[in-house]
Amino acid sequence: MPIYFLKRVLYVIPIALAVSFFCFSLVHLSPGDPMDAVVSPDAPSEVVAMVQRAYGFDRPLPEQYGRWVLRAVQGDLGLSAANGRAVTAEVFSALKNTLLLAFAASLIGFTLGCVFGTLAGYFQGSLLDRLVTGIAVGGVSVPHYWLGMLLVIIFSVELNWLPSSGAGPGSSSDWNVEWAYLRHLILPAVTLSVIPMGVVTRTVRAMVADILAHEFVEALRAKGLAERQVFRHVVKNVAPTALAVMGLQLGYLLGGSILVETVFSWPGTGLLLNNAIFQRDLPILQGTILVLALFFVMLNLIVDLAQARLDPRIQRG
Amino acid sequence: MSLAAATSDPAAASQPPLVEISDLTVHFRTPTRQVHAVNGVDLSLERGEVLTILGESGSGKSVTLRTLMRLLPERRSQISGRVSVDGQDVLAMSQRQLTRFRGRTASMIFQEPMLAFDPVYTIGEQIAETVCRHEGVSRREGLARALELFELVRIPSAQRRLANYPHELSGGMSQRAMIALALSCRPKLLLADEPTTALDATVQIQILLLLRDLQRELGMSVIFVTHDMGVANEISDRIAVMYAGRIVESGRVEELIGAPQHPYTQGLMASRASGAQRGQRLEAIPGAPPDLAELPQGCAFAPRCPQASDECLAAVPAARGLSDIHWAACCRLPA
Repeated sequence: MPIYFLKRVLYVIPIALAVSFFCFSLVHLSPGDPMDAVVSPDAPSEVVAMVQRAYGFDRPLPEQYGRWVLRAVQGDLGLSAANGRAVTAEVFSALKNTLLLAFAASLIGFTLGCVFGTLAGYFQGSLLDRLVTGIAVGGVSVPHYWLGMLLVIIFSVELNWLPSSGAGPGSSSDWNVEWAYLRHLILPAVTLSVIPMGVVTRTVRAMVADILAHEFVEALRAKGLAERQVFRHVVKNVAPTALAVMGLQLGYLLGGSILVETVFSWPGTGLLLNNAIFQRDLPILQGTILVLALFFVMLNLIVDLAQARLDPRIQRG
Repeated sequence: MSLAAATSDPAAASQPPLVEISDLTVHFRTPTRQVHAVNGVDLSLERGEVLTILGESGSGKSVTLRTLMRLLPERRSQISGRVSVDGQDVLAMSQRQLTRFRGRTASMIFQEPMLAFDPVYTIGEQIAETVCRHEGVSRREGLARALELFELVRIPSAQRRLANYPHELSGGMSQRAMIALALSCRPKLLLADEPTTALDATVQIQILLLLRDLQRELGMSVIFVTHDMGVANEISDRIAVMYAGRIVESGRVEELIGAPQHPYTQGLMASRASGAQRGQRLEAIPGAPPDLAELPQGCAFAPRCPQASDECLAAVPAARGLSDIHWAACCRLPA
């Protein structure tokens, strides 16, 4: 058991290096000159050269990558090309908001997904099953920026119940557990929860139906367990798979909330990325992608370790 | 071995039979058709007796066994008749009564022991769970009982095995564990659904011997379901042969194996490998069992029977007694 854990943890190092390499390459392969963001097009060439040197853009790419990784390991992701602020601070303050949104959306999506999936799995083939499956398919199919706009029209414009943008009153991005802040969270979180809800519903439904068809469920009933106790066995069998799907979904939510954050002007990493792309702000772009990707890697690690604890059949070699 | 324990034991003989099934029918509904799995079965089992229900797949033997514990899916099955076990009407029980009855009065061992355990709990936990459920003892006491049971079914290094997960045991070992689980609350009735079919031949014999020893030691009644005549011969006091959801012949082992009366039983005997000469073709019963959704009107075996006459096709033949216990349902026999 400890060997499996250690191995799995050590795997993170090469994965993280590969991830950083891809972040760096992708950003540099994409069209557009990072200098456009820093200097105006009619600046004299000496100024351009000076700024290039200051940002290190004049060095060969491998050297740029090496310096970037070395500094990143020490927690320094450089300075924003657009406004000169430290990338690390920008990314982490945005990440806080994105995590808040992602966790709120996951909580809604996973709770509904588990309830729906279990009901549909238990009553497979019934009207309830067909209804729930319909909702799940709808959830994964609906484009969520569209759903976001729809919700804004209904609940902000028409009914005027909930705010349509921002993370709190005014332009504040510091979050508090107060109704004034909470009401800003509701619409984006619901919008973002629809996809994990659909995915988790379908997974849990398939798993529950599959487990219920196993012979050991009949054996559990044959030894006199009440349905409630049989259900506990079903849950423990479904949990590793459901957990894996949830972990991956949470990862997708971190990266995939760009559109939703843009629709709702939610000051998270999605909005940060979106703005950085339009401003060609390379350091912000690289830094944000790297942090999100590493977060995803860590999430996978946690899911793997949790799965190994829950399911004794997972190799502990 | 030859005599039923109940008939040789005067104390037990005065008691009513442990199991009484009368006119049991089980139909399964599917959207398109109705499958007649069991069609009027009468069966009784004395205390301490071992009965084998012998038949090929689809003969209704496993369904009959599951009806005794009402394990069939309620929504899709239609059960009528009377099933009583130890004086309790099984078909009339509430869910609550049913959970108290299962695993305590009657318990079951399954064909695939590897699949009959929950893969994510240890064997010990799964046995302890049953004991806790029925006897209200602590988990620690449940595990202590599990250890005793492991020793009873002769599992080596029992303490260590209790902490194993099902996938860590061999087939024979997990069937022993399954037997330990089934015996954990000292049931009066043990139901065994082809418990040796999935095992290697050498392990099969060990499990059969173990079951026979335990049955004698604990004095419980056993209903054993198998398609293997050798197994039936080895373990039972009495055999009931099932075909297309009906019992076609029933009698003491030596009567039934020594002088089978129903053409189906005779066919089964003739098709055994042990009776055949080397180099000779095995004699198989021609044809295939009938479609349970469209049973013939008369004797279900008639289409495959070498001795069938018009009388066989007219109506289901009634049972003809051949001795006090031995009977067969065949028109050819004197009524």
